[in-house]
Amino acid sequence: MKCRACREPAVIDVRRHNAAFCQPCFLKHCREQVVRAIEDHEMIAAGERVLVAVSGGKDSLALWDLLLGLGFDADGLYLGLGIGDYSDTSGDHARRFAAEHGARLVEIDIPDAYGFDIPGGARAARRVPCSACGLSKRHLFNRAAVDGGYDVVATGHNLDDEAAVLFGNVLRWDTAYLGRQLPVLPGAHGFARKVKPLVRLSERETAAYCVLRSIDYLVEECPMAAGNKHIGYKEALNEIEARSPGTKAAFYFTFIDRIAPRFRGEAETEREGIHPCPGCGSPTTAEVCAFCRLQIKATGAAEVAGT
Amino acid sequence: MRVLLRNPRRELEIEGPVQVNQLVERLGFNRESILVIVGDLLVTGDAVIDDSASVEIRPVISGGAS
Repeated sequence: MKCRACREPAVIDVRRHNAAFCQPCFLKHCREQVVRAIEDHEMIAAGERVLVAVSGGKDSLALWDLLLGLGFDADGLYLGLGIGDYSDTSGDHARRFAAEHGARLVEIDIPDAYGFDIPGGARAARRVPCSACGLSKRHLFNRAAVDGGYDVVATGHNLDDEAAVLFGNVLRWDTAYLGRQLPVLPGAHGFARKVKPLVRLSERETAAYCVLRSIDYLVEECPMAAGNKHIGYKEALNEIEARSPGTKAAFYFTFIDRIAPRFRGEAETEREGIHPCPGCGSPTTAEVCAFCRLQIKATGAAEVAGT
Repeated sequence: MRVLLRNPRRELEIEGPVQVNQLVERLGFNRESILVIVGDLLVTGDAVIDDSASVEIRPVISGGAS
């Protein structure tokens, strides 16, 4: 195959664009997709401070590399989840990237700071591990951004992540989630702005970006995630994508352009009930926020500590 | 050729030469879910891999529902 742009030998084919790219043209393609996402959705303004949610995996390290390369003031935040060797190794990848790029990495170890780990918290709260992990990440990323004076939290959610979440929300017709599944969630009521600059890239593209940029990411999957619903949705969508390239992008971007606005009212109604959590001060619609409830169940404490 | 698979990590011996798309199909992978790396180089589906090559089939699907 030849590169679509320069006709040199290609290293990757991207079937939804009916194109193949050589290394320099593929890296340029990735930068262009991220710039377009940032500009189209007004994700980050010039001079704003960005906190990148970094896991040590391909998406977060690709995102951090792209944002730094585009000249953004981007620090990383790594959360130690307490998932045994997986957490130790993922932290090493994040730290190595930061050191090699001269970037600042903020670290929060959940077991040290809050007295429980994700597997234990999930068991105590009778949640699936990915649910306990996701709510902890959302809470702690937001809190670190607000406390650290960052303008925006950037996460490595890619096109496959967003299409899979959309697929799940549609299967359940979860209209409140559909109303807030956007590439940008504006900052308000104690929430930092949250942006997803990789929504125009598939995870095959973010993995290829890391390989071609020699970014040493953690390839192994989280042992807690094996066989979860989200990965099942991705596999189902990839079966369709293999037969009909471009389906995932059409599904997600048509939703963003034409369908999501119809559910905006439900998401806004939900936000009207937001108030500070009495335990930690973070915004919540419940009496006590989900992270504090998780911490109380996991530690058996009468009230939250370490906040 | 030696073929490295991940999650779980294991190795296979497969006779070459073989085209990347044929190898992927023979091993039962979806092209959307993997990258094929020969030595240190990414390759496209039409590339032909020598019998002496070291190949990695790298999965790209990841993530919890966060």
